[in-house]
Amino acid sequence: MSDAIAIRTRGLTRCFGSLVAVDHVDLEVPRAAIYGFLGPNGSGKSTTIRMLCGLLVPSEGEAEVLGLQMPRDAEKLRRKLGYMTQRFSLYEDLSVRENLEFLGEIYSLGKAQRRARIEALLEEFRLGERAEQRAGTLSGGQKQRLALAAATLHEPELLFLDEPTSAVDPQSRRDFWESLFRLVERGTTILVSTHYMDEAERCHGLAILDRGRVVANGAPERLMAEIEAAVVEIEGPDLRAARDVLARLSEVQSVAQLGQRLHALVDREVAEPASRVAHALADADVDAHVVLARASLEDVFVASTRRLRESEANA
Amino acid sequence: MTGFTRSLSRISAIARKEFRHLRRDRLTGGMVAGVPLMMTMLFGYAINQDVRHLRAGVVDLAGTQRARLLVQDAQATQVIDVVYSARSVEALERQLVEGRISVGIVIPADFERRAIDGDRARAQLLVDGGDPIVLAAARGLASLEMVDRFARPAAAAARAAPVFELRAYYNPERRSPVHIVPALCGVILTLTLVLFTAVAIVRERERGNLELLITTPVQTPELMVGKIAPYVLIGYAQVTLILVLGRYVFGVPIQGSLLGLYAGTGVFVAAALTLGLLISTLAQTQFQAFQMAFVTFLPQILLSGFMFPFDGMPWPARWLAEVFPLTHFLRIVRGIVLRGATLGELSRDVWPLVLFFSVAIGIAILRFRKRLD
Repeated sequence: MSDAIAIRTRGLTRCFGSLVAVDHVDLEVPRAAIYGFLGPNGSGKSTTIRMLCGLLVPSEGEAEVLGLQMPRDAEKLRRKLGYMTQRFSLYEDLSVRENLEFLGEIYSLGKAQRRARIEALLEEFRLGERAEQRAGTLSGGQKQRLALAAATLHEPELLFLDEPTSAVDPQSRRDFWESLFRLVERGTTILVSTHYMDEAERCHGLAILDRGRVVANGAPERLMAEIEAAVVEIEGPDLRAARDVLARLSEVQSVAQLGQRLHALVDREVAEPASRVAHALADADVDAHVVLARASLEDVFVASTRRLRESEANA
Repeated sequence: MTGFTRSLSRISAIARKEFRHLRRDRLTGGMVAGVPLMMTMLFGYAINQDVRHLRAGVVDLAGTQRARLLVQDAQATQVIDVVYSARSVEALERQLVEGRISVGIVIPADFERRAIDGDRARAQLLVDGGDPIVLAAARGLASLEMVDRFARPAAAAARAAPVFELRAYYNPERRSPVHIVPALCGVILTLTLVLFTAVAIVRERERGNLELLITTPVQTPELMVGKIAPYVLIGYAQVTLILVLGRYVFGVPIQGSLLGLYAGTGVFVAAALTLGLLISTLAQTQFQAFQMAFVTFLPQILLSGFMFPFDGMPWPARWLAEVFPLTHFLRIVRGIVLRGATLGELSRDVWPLVLFFSVAIGIAILRFRKRLD
């Protein structure tokens, strides 16, 4: 298809009773890229994904996925879509191969094609030795590789991954992301939700969600460069005292400890944020070394979710 | 591949997967054969409406030869076993209260006079009326014609001629298994199939498999047919097992056509399975499914005519019972197995099953959308 956009939503909203789980979300997800949803639990990531694949009907707004209107054309999308659920959703009492065989038949792959695909996937996801083992007895990382293999069995154009790495170790997570990049090179569009900053940073594009709203979106590098606050890094012997001092300053948006350092987000309007913080600490007799730092994605996340809370408080 | 063959291969994939689940879930798999085997053997032997050997007590205040003969005659019917002899009516009543005996025979002091006068009952039966079947057996005992060895033969003969002669059709020996075993087909199918289907679908929902499945091209009717098809085969296997046990262990002959019986079974199995499907669309967890299946099971057992005669029930209960698939299947299976009826002769009970199936599957498909909300 010529259209460079895989997913486009306008005012996408979903309510559960009085709770607004997804609140007027506008998105544009480009093709052949990894697009991330970053947000805490309950921020509306899963609900949005479920609306995009037709599992939930939006209360309001529009969603166009691969040029198809959702949820009207949900059935047409099925064949082009791979979905990896948050929870392991393959059959635990069937073997790795039986699970893949079953899904291959459900997707109407011919016998030869099915066999070839399954062998290729077992090889690619290092499950060859586990092929006859029951899925329920696999480790977290193996289950996740099997789930991804199953989701890509029918070579979908679009892949939805709902918190795919929440139950696996760091090495498995790295391997997993390598697999995702290989898929993107072959032209697959991937939408992945996560609450890991390092994963979000690997995405080509990113939407930060907070309580159902998109509070920031763009490429991670751009988000970090254009953060709505100055990031000040503080090192010193008594970080707790420094933290108490900074919490009382009105121009400091937030303070978070990162190992032996504090990260303070200071309003952009403050001309010399580092010296402002240094003076405040000196006035309070707190010994500290203050420098201006490059924003991390976590800083972006804190700054953008905070802005939403403030605008709500003012309204 | 055309759309239709694709659809068929998806149904077959789901059905084969279901068999794999069953093979690996040893408990459920074991229930497929274990339940009919166990229940047929147990109920075939245990359920006996032909009551015999009730424990009885006697208080003989007359102490004559005629009185002793009366007690002997009563024992000779095998309905009672005299296990206790009391000195007073009070002592006998106490035995009855304590549940040591079900029947008490009181022979009054003026027994001989009553026997000669002939216008009053000669003796009394005290019966624990709490159990209607025991009561009915005791009634039979009350109408016992005492062979009066002291009366003139002509008079005895005159008294012995009853108004009606009773002939029990289709079960001349009045054996309970003949009545119970065919009905067990219906009861066991209801018990196992409704539960299996309800749980099989709810399990996919509970374990999260459904969330994946509904994002695939599989259609709702395909999923439903694929899920229930294996249980149709299982239902046939169970019916065959019960009939074989009935024939060779309990000597229950099959009078009608086996083909008709299997056709009727097919309609009933379809109805029972859609009831399970309907439950699965309502229940969120396997436990809820189990509870709901049980709620539908109990009234079917009690009202269908399996345990109590249908004709004794008030019309609202009968009306309710007419909705249950089991009620109609019991009539079909008893009709074919015992009376040698054809399915055509029983069509009055076939179409309600077809109707039940159509309505239930319609509701199930409407309720089961390929969505999460």
